Amino acid sequence: MTTEISNPVAWRRFLLALGLAAVLILAVACSSDDKSDGASPGSELVIYSGRSESLVDPLIKRFEEATGIDAKVNYAGTGALAATLLEEGDRSPADVFFAQDPGGLGSVIELVRPLPDDLTDRVPDWARSPDHLWVGVSGRARTVVYNTDKLSQEDLPETLDGFTDPAWKGRIGWAPTNGSFQAMVTGMRLIWGEERTRAWLEGIVANEPRIYAKNTPTVAAAGSGEIEVGFVNHYYLHRFLAEEGEGFAARNYFLPGGGPGSAVLVTGAGILKMADNVAEAERFLDYLLSPDAQGYFADETYEYPLIDGVPHAELLPGLSDLNTPDIDVSDLGDLAATQDLLREVGALP
Amino acid sequence: MNGPRVIGEQLPAGPGFSWSPRRFLPHWLRREPLSLWLAAIVVAGAAALPVLYLAVRAAESGDSAIDSIFDGDTAAILWRSIQLIALVTLGSVLIAVPLAWLTVRTDLPFRRAWAVASVLPLAIPSYVGALAFISAFGPKGLLQGWLEGPFGLERLPDLYGLTGATAVLILLSYPYVFLTVRATLWRLEPEMEEASWSLGRSPWQTFRRVTLPLLYPAIGAGALLVALYTLSDFGAVALLQYDTFTRVIFNEYNSAFNRASAAALSLVLLGVAVSLILIEASARRRARYYAGANAARRNRRIVRLGRWRTPATIFSGVVTFLALGIPVFVLVYWLARGVNAGESQLFDWGAAYNSVQYSMAAAVATVIAAVPISILSVRRPGLLSAGLERFSYVGFAMPGIAVGLGLVFFGIRYATGIYQTVYLLVFAYVVLFLPVAVGSIRSSLLQVNPRMEEAAMSLGRSRINAFLTVTVPVIRPGLAAAAIMVFLLTMKELPATLILGPIESRTLATSIWTAAEEAFFARSAAPSLLLILASAAPMTFLVLRERSSN
Repeated sequence: MTTEISNPVAWRRFLLALGLAAVLILAVACSSDDKSDGASPGSELVIYSGRSESLVDPLIKRFEEATGIDAKVNYAGTGALAATLLEEGDRSPADVFFAQDPGGLGSVIELVRPLPDDLTDRVPDWARSPDHLWVGVSGRARTVVYNTDKLSQEDLPETLDGFTDPAWKGRIGWAPTNGSFQAMVTGMRLIWGEERTRAWLEGIVANEPRIYAKNTPTVAAAGSGEIEVGFVNHYYLHRFLAEEGEGFAARNYFLPGGGPGSAVLVTGAGILKMADNVAEAERFLDYLLSPDAQGYFADETYEYPLIDGVPHAELLPGLSDLNTPDIDVSDLGDLAATQDLLREVGALP
Repeated sequence: MNGPRVIGEQLPAGPGFSWSPRRFLPHWLRREPLSLWLAAIVVAGAAALPVLYLAVRAAESGDSAIDSIFDGDTAAILWRSIQLIALVTLGSVLIAVPLAWLTVRTDLPFRRAWAVASVLPLAIPSYVGALAFISAFGPKGLLQGWLEGPFGLERLPDLYGLTGATAVLILLSYPYVFLTVRATLWRLEPEMEEASWSLGRSPWQTFRRVTLPLLYPAIGAGALLVALYTLSDFGAVALLQYDTFTRVIFNEYNSAFNRASAAALSLVLLGVAVSLILIEASARRRARYYAGANAARRNRRIVRLGRWRTPATIFSGVVTFLALGIPVFVLVYWLARGVNAGESQLFDWGAAYNSVQYSMAAAVATVIAAVPISILSVRRPGLLSAGLERFSYVGFAMPGIAVGLGLVFFGIRYATGIYQTVYLLVFAYVVLFLPVAVGSIRSSLLQVNPRMEEAAMSLGRSRINAFLTVTVPVIRPGLAAAAIMVFLLTMKELPATLILGPIESRTLATSIWTAAEEAFFARSAAPSLLLILASAAPMTFLVLRERSSN
């Protein structure tokens, strides 16, 4: 093939473009090398966090300051990270999986190692895996968020059963694909039994609830009056109050009749079998269950601390007034049965 | 148009041919360099990796997934997806084609500004766009009161459901069609339109009878991207409460933690995508192309809009107001509210730097990867080249999480060295956005008469020199449009970035997501605005270059 350069300008442009591409790729490469080096071996920790960076990043920084351990965090959704861990298997660089809900931990239960009793004993029985394979880190209560322009507490029923009344038609919002919602239904099946749970779900479906993708838009919709009540986790409301001010027209209603409608669900963490930095991982869990970190959850994210001696935010009802069902919410068999039920009543596609 | 063809056909394919080992290859492979075929096959093979992964996982899913695929609900949900796809695609074409024509071929006032503004909705992540539209148009929405006056809207229609999802997705995805059509309009040979005018046809008749048919390939390429995007989108449809097939897949990954059944369902989604790709291909076969013999630049006649100037300006203004103005307005409102409330963590410049860097690398890599497939599919139409081209589309149609997990599967086994580095991430972007580049480059290549390159080679230029000096200048708008689309899409890409990104490396998209997830609206507004601004830069550059080259 001839190599005669009949148009030097084009060649120069071509080489320039290639050169630019090479420089760019090198620049990218250098910056990625920066990240893979860094701390000396032995003081590192790799965390896969399904909990949002905006909530836990300050906590990670405090942990790093307190221990000198360089914590590298991979943030993504709990489901995506669980699937990633399962694909990575033995080769995974992860040491700790910090999950938004126990179902995520349940799906990787084959990949996590038993935790020292010293860690698991700090939380109540209901907030850890029966085999001590993961430990609860913070609690969130299921609650009813209601629009304060249209309703007052007196208009609301004592238990979730009340919302199957046809009077609530078109006024309810829920998020049936949401993990916490499904965990609540799992609790419902165990507390109420299959038949009553099915009847309740059918009653709500008959009231034509608006279907939201997750908790946040449900709370937003309660605030704007798009719906009058929504079944959500309690702590999202406090984010909206912080963001939009006290004028945000929604508040939480903790069902006085208790039952599954005010169940407390936990976020949790486990240490992976293939972890290279087990000692650091245990120190991280130790920190998460320390008064400092538990106080952070109580004060900053309005979640329930799970260890003794750390008070929860004053405006929340006490854990003893809520329902802390002693069920293994990380049991995926239960989760699958819940999903089947939700599909049968038409709540899930 | 016949002259130069004769020259090309009388000559052998190029100098150096006689001694080339290629002579031992089958005839159909011999006509383009083997390296080009090899490159195309490697690229298409890379794009097929996630499919392979899905097949491996789906095989484990067992009966329950098969049952769920074949039950009646699945069919009903697929039908809902298809309705949405049809409406969004149609709407996008109806908005984008006139807008592209107005900003390229007429004396529309501020047409360069409209051109930049019309592309930017592509940079808005769909869940941010949907959130913004909900807070603007929902009950007690920000703009409801404001709109009552000038636009006479007394009650806004319910934003949820098919209507809202269609409207929002059109506004977020019409730029795919806008960009591909624009790139083609720039290089359309003026002779035919001039002939039409000289025969007394009105500008409208000329547009409809001459220009529009010439644009079919570009419209088809853009429309296919809109359709596939609509098929794979989750964020917007979930927030707008329109159930599509992606919600089923999302539920399997995120609530049921069942990746086997998610994989099986993703393959069903892929089946729909393949049908869409085949529909576009059969429409393409019916369309006729005009490879202009003359690639020389000529002054193009600018259509004087006359009394249509005002309606045309209003049309452009309304589209920009809805698709860009409203999201930006809502984002600025969130930001201002946050600043008032004392929010301090607003701008993360490190994330912006990462985003721009990754997106530039992705744009360069994707365009380079797309060139061999594009050339072969235009120059050597046949089963293999068509197959390679269609294969390049699959990554775009799959849920991003499936592509991400697929590359985790292969990366951690066979590419440990680049696992969780930017290299594998850029590789993922290439897999995801390859068809965006192929579509754009392909439709601009259709306007280049291959005889021109052959003529250049007959005059002693090497094949690559001929390609660079003859073809590249003509397809430059197509290359630029491809690079910009990939850049914009990479800027906002989320699921694969979360799964495959180097550990601890934030991007604008991940910052927006992590903030929006927990209702930190002010914190998600700042990076969203930064994302739109950063995306405006390359588009402005492109538009300014267009002016200098004309």
